[in-house]
Amino acid sequence: MHELGIVFYIIKDVKQVAEEHHVNHVSSVVMNIGEVSTIVPSYLTDCWRWAADKEELLKGCALEINLIPAVTWCDNCKKEYETVKFGKTCPHCNSNNTWLLRGNEVEINSIII
Amino acid sequence: MQRKFVRYSIELDIMDEVKVIEIKKSVFADNDKAADELRKELKQKGVYLLNVMSSPGSGKTTTLIQTINRIKDQIRVAVMEADIDSDVDAVKIKEATGIPSIQLHTGGMCHLDAEMTRQGLDNVGLEDVDLVILENVGNLVCPAEFDTGSCRNVMILSVPEGDDKALKYPLMFSVCDVVLVNKTDVLPYFDFDMEKCSKNIHERNPQAKIIPISAKTGDGVDAFADWLLHEVMRWKA
Repeated sequence: MHELGIVFYIIKDVKQVAEEHHVNHVSSVVMNIGEVSTIVPSYLTDCWRWAADKEELLKGCALEINLIPAVTWCDNCKKEYETVKFGKTCPHCNSNNTWLLRGNEVEINSIII
Repeated sequence: MQRKFVRYSIELDIMDEVKVIEIKKSVFADNDKAADELRKELKQKGVYLLNVMSSPGSGKTTTLIQTINRIKDQIRVAVMEADIDSDVDAVKIKEATGIPSIQLHTGGMCHLDAEMTRQGLDNVGLEDVDLVILENVGNLVCPAEFDTGSCRNVMILSVPEGDDKALKYPLMFSVCDVVLVNKTDVLPYFDFDMEKCSKNIHERNPQAKIIPISAKTGDGVDAFADWLLHEVMRWKA
């Protein structure tokens, strides 16, 4: 159900942009979705199909997803590593003084008319 | 050189038909803005909003009843219960504490956002209240992503859920200011290591305040009630 709530937010934003640009049909919406954003891409596209087809503006409109790999930065040894593989602990120096650099995105990249 | 020109003209044709509008905007941006506006308004009116989150069955409602009964003579409290359906929690709170309590239905949604919270607050009315407690939908994923406009976030983790919860739901633990570790009365029956639990939480959120409680026996609830009273006074000052 989480993805459906996100889809409603996307639709709201796309409608607003379409109105500003005087667009009456959108053929594709491109999303940037981070690998650790807690969004399941296949659920998102399923929910999108169901909700988007209810809108004149978005009938048949595709949802394209750019998956952004998650990368964590270690503040201790100043190196980057793959978040999904190693989690919170830096594989180079074992420090927990680490934070997510990217991979948390739930972002509308662009719309294609 | 010739080939390059040809390709360029094809691209131009396509460009005529297809128009791309760059947006580059977080899906949460509108909600974050609405939440900030709500917080500002609450500050002006001197109303403190506490957002309580947890898994289903962690003891949110019982914890609230215990806490409210300790502070209701000193400040004016109201509760908003958010659930997908039913009003059992709102009724339970009203019966056990006597304070105003309303039920919000999220219509199938797994979380509350700032707009839904504002609608709830409009129903509560902000004139005769010092503290509004929002009991969010029982869920450790989505409520963490949507800022409700609350002054502070409290998360309840119950002993049967395990001391490794912070490892599994890092976002929830990183957005909360206080973690209440509930159901300490059943500690002897579970392999729950309080020290390990604190370590796991503080790795994600070094600032988190951890208070072990038992909503059933009332153990530790005083410490949380004191923290909350202090917070409300500071917000209104």
